[in-house]
Amino acid sequence: MSIALPSFAYHRPATVAEAVAVFDAADDASYVSGGHTLLPAMKTGLAAPGALIDLRAVDQLRGIEVAEGIVRIGGGETHARVAASEKLRSAIPTLAQLVGSIGDVQVRNRGTIGGSVANNDPAADYAAAVLALGATVETDRRSIPADDFFQGLYTTALEPGEIVTAVRFPVPREASYAKFRNPASRYAMAAVFIARLVDGRIRVAVTGAGNDGVFRWTGAEEALAADFGPAALERAPLDTDLMAGDIHASPAYRANLVRVMARRALQNPGCASVFS
Amino acid sequence: MTSVTITVNGTARSRDLEDRTLLVQFLRENLGLTGTHVGCDTTQCGACTVIVDGLAVKSCTVLAASADGAQVTTIEGLADGDTLHPVQEAFRTHHGLQCGFCTPGMIMMGVDMIARHGDALTEETVRDELEGNLCRCTGYQNIVRAILAAANETGARSAGRGEAA
Repeated sequence: MSIALPSFAYHRPATVAEAVAVFDAADDASYVSGGHTLLPAMKTGLAAPGALIDLRAVDQLRGIEVAEGIVRIGGGETHARVAASEKLRSAIPTLAQLVGSIGDVQVRNRGTIGGSVANNDPAADYAAAVLALGATVETDRRSIPADDFFQGLYTTALEPGEIVTAVRFPVPREASYAKFRNPASRYAMAAVFIARLVDGRIRVAVTGAGNDGVFRWTGAEEALAADFGPAALERAPLDTDLMAGDIHASPAYRANLVRVMARRALQNPGCASVFS
Repeated sequence: MTSVTITVNGTARSRDLEDRTLLVQFLRENLGLTGTHVGCDTTQCGACTVIVDGLAVKSCTVLAASADGAQVTTIEGLADGDTLHPVQEAFRTHHGLQCGFCTPGMIMMGVDMIARHGDALTEETVRDELEGNLCRCTGYQNIVRAILAAANETGARSAGRGEAA
């Protein structure tokens, strides 16, 4: 026997417009794509939407395109397809490798970029890439810069019923990512994405470690702008009070881990490295 | 209620289901295909792994309704009559199981890996891609050995070389 989900009405629209219309007409609806966060949350009673609107049949949410220095990934693209995309692997190999390190094979076959960024799990990999690369989240009604999109634990700028249709990543001059995984959950305990953009700006995003979700480590950005190397990171200020503390690690431990992951990201340029 | 038609192990199966029915519930409770196991029920252990439209998925976290129209292969669909599938045979030969609870998921994952990598499959890849399948008995050694043996055998057969080549 498996745990039964609470009851809901299931919908499978074929277009974004149809999905939004179903959302507006339904009582307490939730979109679902891979469902690998939402369905477990429903099994444990953390979520009980009255209607589930399955976005997997919406073809408009598909596609991975690279043009004029921008990679555009449709919101419905699975982690498996993104990680395997030859276009992405040549444009931003670090991002393709990061996506290939999410969950496991089966999870990557279902989970989507749109679902991941909309959920904004504080240990999600995608959030670090979106924020560090200065990506833009495209929705059915507007474009939202990454700096405005993530607003704390499981909170984003999305309005009720708004759908992430795509994420646009500018191709950086260089990018690297290093993640330390919790050995049981495999989620990031601390992971750092360092990007040097085409205009030379350096952006550093940290996931897994902050007590309010993904954040930009501006201290490291300033230190690396002056001296792009591991030594600069040792001096970069990082506020331990902003780190998460739980049964797995104290804030001080996570703060140290952030610094170590940042150094390892620099030591392994152009790729995503996973440590555990 | 929702009406679904899912092709399971080559046969189209239609049922009227509650919207909340999970794919694993459809397989086990509606079709009686109890080879697909529910271990953790939280998308971690992989005992419920089946192949949906060519992709390995954890059926405890897939809605049956979202698999409407799909082709599903379960552990029951592998053997040809009394002849075990090469991955099943390799698990037997190499003692790739002890209590056997995780075995259906392990074998489905092995089938999926061999379909994608063929005989180019390496031990490192097997271990990496078994990340979503937990075994509490074996320590994985013989599971890895069995999948690699089946991959070699499959590769040898498809190349027409035979074992001795």
